[in-house]
Amino acid sequence: MSTQTIVAAPEQSFALSVRARERLLGIASPIVLLAVWEIAARLHVIDTRFFPAPSSVIAVLIDMLRSGELISNTLVSLRRLALGALIGGVPALVLGIAMGLNRWVRAVFDPLIAATYPIPKSAILPLALLIFGLGEGSKIFMVAVGVFFPVVINSTTGVLGISSIYLDVGRNYKANRWKTFWTIALPGALPVIMSGFKLGIGIGLILIAIAEMIGAKSGLGYMIWTAWETFSVEQMYVGLFMIAIIGFVLTVALNELERLIIPWKRD
Amino acid sequence: MSQTVTHLRSVEPLPAAERQPALAQPAIRIRDLHKTFGRLTAIDGVSLDIGRGEFFMIVGPSGCGKTTLLRVLAGLETATSGTIEIDVPAGSDRPENAMVFQGESIFPWMTVWNNAAYGLRMRNAPASLIKERVGHYLDRTGLARFADYFPHQLSGGMKQRVSIARAFANDPEILLMDEPFSALDAQNKLLLQEELLRIWDEQKKTVVFITHSVDEAVYLGDRIMVMTAQPGRVKCFVRVPLPRPRAIIELQKAPEFGELIHRIWSELRDEVQRARDQENQDAEQDKQARA
Ligand SMILES: Nc1ncnc2c1ncn2[C@@H]1O[C@H](COP(=O)(O)OP(=O)(O)OP(=O)(O)O)[C@@H](O)[C@H]1O
Ligand SMILES: [Mg+2]
Repeated sequence: MSTQTIVAAPEQSFALSVRARERLLGIASPIVLLAVWEIAARLHVIDTRFFPAPSSVIAVLIDMLRSGELISNTLVSLRRLALGALIGGVPALVLGIAMGLNRWVRAVFDPLIAATYPIPKSAILPLALLIFGLGEGSKIFMVAVGVFFPVVINSTTGVLGISSIYLDVGRNYKANRWKTFWTIALPGALPVIMSGFKLGIGIGLILIAIAEMIGAKSGLGYMIWTAWETFSVEQMYVGLFMIAIIGFVLTVALNELERLIIPWKRD
Repeated sequence: MSQTVTHLRSVEPLPAAERQPALAQPAIRIRDLHKTFGRLTAIDGVSLDIGRGEFFMIVGPSGCGKTTLLRVLAGLETATSGTIEIDVPAGSDRPENAMVFQGESIFPWMTVWNNAAYGLRMRNAPASLIKERVGHYLDRTGLARFADYFPHQLSGGMKQRVSIARAFANDPEILLMDEPFSALDAQNKLLLQEELLRIWDEQKKTVVFITHSVDEAVYLGDRIMVMTAQPGRVKCFVRVPLPRPRAIIELQKAPEFGELIHRIWSELRDEVQRARDQENQDAEQDKQARA
């Protein structure tokens, strides 16, 4: 009987150390990778024309920060992303919820969405350029299209997933359409809608980078594209790095937003 | 649904102890009601009158159509045939009915307070009234301390009490209650049964109350309708002549109480047995059909 306690104790301390080691490895692995990369570049083990040393990338990054070029391009891309998400997301939200609540609205729009959804969004870029020209319009449109589909689909799915008892309660207490929307459909579907938004923002980020590479005079995509044209590999890496950072920050921010607007999911 | 002019409010109510089921003045009139779901007949020709201010109980085997009947009354389901008339006193500004649903029905995304205030908010009641009513009924249901909690932080019984508070706070003419106390512990059940009787005595609401508990039916009701196994029909009505106001714990000592329980149980037992046999038969047929 005493063996049980003896076995239990070391197992617990082992579990703790595993977790600590995991965290340590998570921090260490990128640092080690960068160090190896740096050494390999300096020893010319790897081709620095394609893989410049991290230190030289950082030097270029600092230069670009000083000149203001990096910040202005980042802000331009962020602005397009935000406007596109708004212009694509809000109508998608309203239409998606309306489709979830009303079978006739669903019957009209379901086939249209099902038919257009599989088109690769990047393939619409020439059409967007044709319609909206080389200015802001085409960039924002591309993001809007990317955000629209996941949000509209998830909004419909979210509303359809609401247990019918809640809609019965709304009917029993004589909630009108508007109040049903605000008090039942929207909050009931919100968790699913939020994951649609996260997905959409991710797609939007991809599309904005592509759209800015063709026929743009600013933005991170444009920056990466001109880096290719001038063969400034470091600048290319700076652009990629910035996009990665934006993606990461947006994910964290959206998770935080989710916690804030869906407090009933919090424990 | 028709609204006929009645003058109930101008008439002195009878002393509680002498009150007869007010059948002269039905609040709900159901005639030959049928409800089918595809090939299944849930309600098969139910006719009944429920008096204004009557405490009306429904018992019957599981699946006999009790919830369906209540949903038709609430307007959540349309009858296949038959008529339902609901009389609302002239000049009443109360909502016609509020339902306490069977099972979980409070919104997970609203706090206890907002859930209880839902009905009042939907009809744009003034903020002061909402505050007073909701505060009152959360107090009565023992939930005042939990006003800011979300449902996932509550126990099953507490959630059920929120849905009761929501219906009471809405102050309807007719309370439709579908096994409202079945998820509660014995102590809370007793407290809420007494509270319900108190509110009913005060406000003379019409109550239609479904229960599986024969004891509860006798404690609370003026009249009990026993339903047959599916398809649901009226098996019989049993009047509960026990005097009011009733003290639930005292009732158990009364000799009439035991007799009533016995009578309703024997009516029910046949039906429950019939429902079981039917289920077995159906299962047998399914098996043969598959083989
Ligand atoms: N929406 C529906 N679609 C199809 N069948 C239904 C529907 N609602 C109820 N039924 C069927 O109608 C019958 C009566 O159901 P109901 O819920 O009214 O029973 P009940 O008397 O309330 O039972 P319980 O005591 O178990 O709550 C059942 O056989 C059920 O399967
Ligand atoms: Mg039921």
